Amino acid sequence: MVPNQQLLSKSPAVHNWLRVKKKFPHLWCPGCGDGIVLSSAILALDSLEYDKNDVVMVSGIGCAGRIPVYVDCNTLHTTHGRALTFATGIKLAKPHLKVMVFMGDGDALAIGGNHYIHAARRNIDLTVVVVNNNIYGMTGGQVSPTTPLSMKATTAIYGCIEQPFDPCELARSAGATFVARSTVYHVRHTEDMIRKGLEHKGFSLIEIISNCHTSYGRMNKLGDHITMIKHMRDNSVMIGPQLDQEKAQAEGKYILGVLHQDTSRPELCELYEEINKRGGTQ
Amino acid sequence: MSIKTGVPLLLSGNEAVAYGALAAGAKFYGGYPITPSTEIAEVMAAELPRIGGKFIQMEDEIASLGAVIGASIAGLKSFTATSGPGFSLMQEHIGFAAMAEVPCVIVDVMRGGPSTGLPTKTSQSDVMQAKYGSHGDYPSIAIAPSSVMECFTLTVKAFNLSEKYRIPVIILSDEIVGHMREKVILPGPDEIEVIDRMQPEVPPEWYQHYADTITGVSPMANFGEGYRFHITGLTHDVSGFPTERSDETTALLEKFRNKENHNTHDLLMVDEFCMEDADFCIVAYGSVGRSARQAVKMLRQEGVKAGMIRPQILWPFPKFPVENMLERVSHVLVPEMNVGQLRKEVERLACMPRGMIQGLNVLDPSFITAEQIHDKAMEMISKQK
Ligand SMILES: Cc1ncc(C[n+]2csc(CCOP(=O)(O)OP(=O)(O)O)c2C)c(N)n1
Ligand code: SF4
Repeated sequence: MVPNQQLLSKSPAVHNWLRVKKKFPHLWCPGCGDGIVLSSAILALDSLEYDKNDVVMVSGIGCAGRIPVYVDCNTLHTTHGRALTFATGIKLAKPHLKVMVFMGDGDALAIGGNHYIHAARRNIDLTVVVVNNNIYGMTGGQVSPTTPLSMKATTAIYGCIEQPFDPCELARSAGATFVARSTVYHVRHTEDMIRKGLEHKGFSLIEIISNCHTSYGRMNKLGDHITMIKHMRDNSVMIGPQLDQEKAQAEGKYILGVLHQDTSRPELCELYEEINKRGGTQ
Repeated sequence: MSIKTGVPLLLSGNEAVAYGALAAGAKFYGGYPITPSTEIAEVMAAELPRIGGKFIQMEDEIASLGAVIGASIAGLKSFTATSGPGFSLMQEHIGFAAMAEVPCVIVDVMRGGPSTGLPTKTSQSDVMQAKYGSHGDYPSIAIAPSSVMECFTLTVKAFNLSEKYRIPVIILSDEIVGHMREKVILPGPDEIEVIDRMQPEVPPEWYQHYADTITGVSPMANFGEGYRFHITGLTHDVSGFPTERSDETTALLEKFRNKENHNTHDLLMVDEFCMEDADFCIVAYGSVGRSARQAVKMLRQEGVKAGMIRPQILWPFPKFPVENMLERVSHVLVPEMNVGQLRKEVERLACMPRGMIQGLNVLDPSFITAEQIHDKAMEMISKQK
């Protein structure tokens, strides 16, 4: 879809950060949540007044992996599952750069699962956005490590029989020091979570629940994109002292907000700078 | 470099590769331990932090080369080292580096295969993988050192070619070259030619990451230096954005091919020994080149006009010197520690009678000795009589 000129003039931030002339129309299905994640990320970056020259967006392969190409910064579209490894090299080489990583659920947790847990373990300062649509969107709807039990996919036509991963729990237990969740219904909240992730020094994981109505929705009779996004609205709760998390989980609700933050653990590049300063002496 | 130059040192091949990389300006190493290459990682882990560089042990070899490519995109000269099983895992990102034209160096200290094979024994069985290991048609440069000194000088060469042509360069070392110790005198910084990637001279608005130039190599801006551009493993146009237009996709693959075809002279490096009047040629490389040299001397003492061609740059294959040799000699022997990977390359260029080109293919993990090469040569000659 070509961006609406009126909308662009109303939002200088979006105008400023997009490669409008070069890259549109985009490749996503109309109504795909990936566009919402893209705009939220841009608004978060713009609100922090980052210099575009200092921002790097790295992605893997998949529909979500196409997010960076539209953004006027340093963008790198890598191989399936390996975006975090490239991002690790970039961040270590130039620690002053703000490095964001965009991945789909299959990209991040199946083929990239090993890199995911190790990048989190190292607590390297990357802002990682996992767009979780519970399916392999780009390849036409195969089962993913986040497809819920009994839901259908082209490669799980009798229903998924494998226990799914919770990307947030996985990142947290592997050592991520910032973990948050939002949905593409909660547009402002998504922006806010990405902003908080960017501000956090260390490995930040932001899971954005998204819709793939084209594959996942159709196969599971979940309705169009609007119906799927309304479902997110009606089945989400914000984290807070009042929330009974166990109950919310049992009811299958999405728990949104900053789920975990630890500012006490040192970040990898900072530790490295210290070794460099000591000139390698022990 | 915390190592002395200009004085005699006793170094292993692997150590010499590491110091060669430092001399060439390497500032980043990402790797995963594997015998017989690990000493390279260990030297880099000690040396890089001292000079403001970065060393990281990644979770596997795919990740290692991913990090190396990332660091190179951000402007650091970067490399990794591995052996067979790890080299197999790296193929995905060798293809990415070739496609995205990211300079980097991959050292493969060959060991016996396939699979886990013979971890501590030497081999030369990754020759074809170094050329064709990743999918798609991409240009390859592979360099085979045969002494500790060459481990140093050819590593500098590998970095230089990689930076000059924006291409991943593979160093095909082997267990013997990597672990053997020899006396070397390392050259000082002013005695070494170091080439850095060409930087763009145009303002950022005009910059194209894959610009079409007369030399076929595009100047390369680094991430974070004011040039904002896109890099992808998808087939792309000159500015780096994905394309499926047939003129653009063809142009990209042509550009890759021309990196080899237009620079054959620069990518030619062979050591010719006693070839002036040779009638019997031994084509050998890497550690086997050492035995071959000795075998030539033995054969000469017995009146056989033997000579040796030793490609130091193995890929692109040194077509012209080998073709030239094939017109002059009556026998060719290619001793290799594999089933005959490079011999086939020699045969492709030849129109000689059957049996005039033979291999000596030692598959047990022991080394090929000069005596074995000598005996095989004598056998070939006597059969012809
Ligand atoms: C090594 C490799 N294996 C498989 C593929 C094919 N492939 C492309 S995208 C994709 C899955 C994408 O799913 P996901 O990561 O969930 O992202 P989405 O498209 O849903 O955003 C696969 C399997 C590939 N490109 N590379
Ligand atoms: S296939 Fe699914 S994930 Fe991909 S663009 Fe369409 S809706 Fe989005």
